[in-house]
Amino acid sequence: MKTRFMMSTAAGAVLAGGLSTAAVAEDLTLCWAAWDPANALIELSKDFEAQSGHTMNFEFVPWTSFADRMLNELNSGGQLCDLMIGDSQWIGGGAENGHYVKLNDFFDANGIDMADFIPATVTGYAEWPKNTPNYYALPAFGDVVGWTYRKDWFERPELQAEFMQTYGRALDVPATLEELKDIAEFFQGRDIDGTTVYGAAIYTERGSEGITMGVTNVLYNYGFLYENPDQPYDLEGFVNSEGAIAGLEFYKELYDIGTPPGSSNWYMGENIDAYRSGQVAMQMNFAFIWPGVEADENVGGGRSGYFPNPAGPAGQFAQLGGQGISVVAYSEKQDAALEYIQWFAQPSVQAKWWELGGYSALRAVVEDPGFATSQPYAQTFLDSMAIVKDFWAEPAYADLLIPMQERIHNYVVAGEGTAKEALDGLVRDWTEVFEDEGKL
Amino acid sequence: MSFSPIDRAAAKTPNGVARRIRGLSDRTIAWIFVAPTIFLLLAVNIFPLIWTIRLSFTNFRVNRPNNDVEWVGLQNYQRILTDPDIWQTMQATAHFLIWTIILQVLIGFTLAFLINKKFKGNDMWTTIIVFPMMLSPAVVGNFWTFLYQPQIGLFNYVVAFFTGVDPASFSMIGDVNLAPWAIIIADTWMWTPFVMLICLAGLRSIPDSIYEAAECDRASKWRQFWTITIPMALPFLMLAILFRGIENFKMFDLVVQLTGGGPGNTTTLTSIDLKREAFEKWRTGYSSAYAVILFVTVFGLASIYVKALNKVKER
Repeated sequence: MKTRFMMSTAAGAVLAGGLSTAAVAEDLTLCWAAWDPANALIELSKDFEAQSGHTMNFEFVPWTSFADRMLNELNSGGQLCDLMIGDSQWIGGGAENGHYVKLNDFFDANGIDMADFIPATVTGYAEWPKNTPNYYALPAFGDVVGWTYRKDWFERPELQAEFMQTYGRALDVPATLEELKDIAEFFQGRDIDGTTVYGAAIYTERGSEGITMGVTNVLYNYGFLYENPDQPYDLEGFVNSEGAIAGLEFYKELYDIGTPPGSSNWYMGENIDAYRSGQVAMQMNFAFIWPGVEADENVGGGRSGYFPNPAGPAGQFAQLGGQGISVVAYSEKQDAALEYIQWFAQPSVQAKWWELGGYSALRAVVEDPGFATSQPYAQTFLDSMAIVKDFWAEPAYADLLIPMQERIHNYVVAGEGTAKEALDGLVRDWTEVFEDEGKL
Repeated sequence: MSFSPIDRAAAKTPNGVARRIRGLSDRTIAWIFVAPTIFLLLAVNIFPLIWTIRLSFTNFRVNRPNNDVEWVGLQNYQRILTDPDIWQTMQATAHFLIWTIILQVLIGFTLAFLINKKFKGNDMWTTIIVFPMMLSPAVVGNFWTFLYQPQIGLFNYVVAFFTGVDPASFSMIGDVNLAPWAIIIADTWMWTPFVMLICLAGLRSIPDSIYEAAECDRASKWRQFWTITIPMALPFLMLAILFRGIENFKMFDLVVQLTGGGPGNTTTLTSIDLKREAFEKWRTGYSSAYAVILFVTVFGLASIYVKALNKVKER
């Protein structure tokens, strides 16, 4: 508490001094994952360097080791990063363990209003505790799991006719998860232009967060809840409800009948590769890949289409991705780091961020009348961002993620036990974590 | 009159320093030289070991620096030794260890036996065979991931060529039954040359005169192999087994790159499990106890083995 008070005071002191008066040119380091949007951010940040006189350095780590590397850095009080674009689930730990500077006073002093950002991104990336006006980040990159499909294959008359004959409906964007499974099954092992192709690339990765980010898109839509809505941390009957069990069984069936052989440890990169190389008809992936798909010479240029995660029996939701940008509390260059956030929040910068391939979370950008037609995937992005849910963002999020990865992967990929056993086990694991945390 | 380098160095030593050194005993000078090494050994090896043992009796978590650290006695050890998941990783490690050693010793010794014969291109073949062990395990892991790809992997096509099965019908790293063998094959490919080199050194250390004497006694090649070659190369073979045993007990990088410990827990070796406990779950006290158990296991087994090795050498 004392540390938090001191940080708030420090942030207040910084803004009281006035950011525009910062005269010392600093070398700032921004830490993020190594992926396409990071390259766009380097490009974008050149404007900041020109305007402010500060120099931007970047520390980008591949997704599979991003959490390990950066949480190590934060836990050890390291000063490598002045700015951190940390995953949405880190916000609880970042706030409670004093890794991130609280930004409320800074936002107030500089006219940055969280109401100007997509509400789901504010809750997901910036707030801790959730749904309270305590901000530790500025929404930096909106992201959500959606689907990409081979529009050119779907439009082939012979495939449409065969699909109609088999399933009694048109081969089109699936409205439900059941329809999606049919399409995956239809394409599985099919010969297209002399190549054997498969149904869908889905997340199965076990080492970091892959299979959790995938299976939740099905679990949510089948009725899985993280906890009793009326009693926090009450898990029994919500995590392992009958709907959740049916959802997990669905995901395993989809894996068994509609995915490429050998896709037992796939996450974002593997799914992209499989799709771009023409191995699969559909891929589950975060929206950040869509600009790259459009630009790809094999699958871009109108050959691909996009759709939000289809509905299930209990509704339509999609897994939230994306991140907020925070100032690291251990940085000695917090003034300059806050200056970067102030610059980044400007509407003109956010508009350019979208142009370069970054998914802005600023409402002025995404609610612009021209936004939905600005890119083939823009409307799907908007539709998907309206149905997001996120994983736990508790300080113990890593402890909660690991058993979910293990339980789900072991059931879906390795076929160990039943869906009920997997989710019952998850309830036990999570209960133990919350007991250790003193929350139960 | 000529002066040795030592005399010249002594002559150049300033008088003050020389007086001070002259006042020191040989034992003190020896300690001065040895002290930095001892200090490093204590700082890098002994202190962390003692610290780990101490942490293993606590509930310390490095990602909860503000939490109270409680002394939990033997609770961590008890939890580890009664956890069926940990015994499963022990079994996976034992399976990996036993089969890699068997295959590497058999293939490595056979290769060494063949390379030991004089033939044209001997040196070139030795270089080619040794090549895999020069690669980084991460590179080998990546490389074998591609080889095992069901759609494009060479391994599946070779198997398909000989058996007639569809190459895309099986996945070496995605199947719970095949994945443990996938890591064994990759490790055997990489480290058999190491065993071969040690065996080759053993075979080349056997004097030709012993074989000549056996020839005089009209011993068959088969008998020479079992009564001369194997007994005399045995200490080297045992040394190779010791090295590979210790290395494979702590195998990490190659397997992580290949399978990530999956599918399920089928290729989760103890080192991978320990890393997850320590640096993903951040259960520092628990993982310290885990590390101590593994250390005692390896140290105990290696000590017994080294005693056996010494007995074989004495024969």
